[in-house]
Amino acid sequence: MSEEQDVVTVIQAPIYLKYNFTAGAAPARFLTQLKKGKLTGQCRDEPGAPVYIPPRGSCPATGKPTEKEVELSDKATVQSFTIVHIPIPGNAIQPPFIVANLVADGANISFIHLMSECVNEEVHIGQRVQAVWKPEAEWDYAMDNIKYFKPIDEPDVPPEQIGKLPVTGWEG
Amino acid sequence: MSQPEILNQAFELGFTYTRSTGPVVGRFLTELKNRRIVGIKASDSRVVVPPMEYDPDTAEELSEFVEVGEQGEIVSFAWVKEPREAHPMDVPFAWAMIKLDGADVPMIHCVAAASEGDVKTGARVRAVWADETIGFITDIRCFELV
Repeated sequence: MSEEQDVVTVIQAPIYLKYNFTAGAAPARFLTQLKKGKLTGQCRDEPGAPVYIPPRGSCPATGKPTEKEVELSDKATVQSFTIVHIPIPGNAIQPPFIVANLVADGANISFIHLMSECVNEEVHIGQRVQAVWKPEAEWDYAMDNIKYFKPIDEPDVPPEQIGKLPVTGWEG
Repeated sequence: MSQPEILNQAFELGFTYTRSTGPVVGRFLTELKNRRIVGIKASDSRVVVPPMEYDPDTAEELSEFVEVGEQGEIVSFAWVKEPREAHPMDVPFAWAMIKLDGADVPMIHCVAAASEGDVKTGARVRAVWADETIGFITDIRCFELV
């Protein structure tokens, strides 16, 4: 065997999974609206049916199709959040940054997005936030049409009310 | 509810692992870098290539490395008509179990051949080394028929 420093101790063993992702009918409707700058949830066509975003096409509670589209507000409430301190390879965002489960006004389920323009240590459950959109020319079929959510000056939502606000928002 | 256009997007998920080789596989790869192939002697004196860390029968730690030949014999093979992107060759080739001279256990590698009919069980093959060796299994670019 040759010199000590030439000894192999590690190998690069990357695995790449290449997908061709086709959005189903319900996500396609959602993404088509998103390209126009609108957040839409979907629900069963019944009064009081829960509104889902992003919609998957069927109501998890009943299995029935979510045929009705509901335009939601781009204001939302923090349901939970994480301050990320560890950099993610290939991710342009530098830590620390905040990933949050947010519930848009009019929706009954949260989605995951970034928070910014905030003091990380002051972010809290029930906090009110609003989307900061990219310029309209850059809109695509993607959730990152919204750059991030930033806090807005509205009173906190009590925990039992999170996920139950109407699309008209929080009366406070 | 109107039906929107079908949305389709390419997506790649990458797990960019760096793996520790351990001392035994590390030695095997280091030898490959120097264009040599080594196996390891098991408790029943069989020479196992690539070398393994523990004895398959007694589970004892193994340490007696044995250099084997860069020629060997095809024990079995499968012809690949249409190579895929991840395959080591971009033209039709054979995956083969190759028992190298001095080894008692066959090792899998690829065999370059002009056609499926040229590859036969019992055929003699020889390692073709990569132009630049880095300490990886692909340092043996392929085997070719002798």
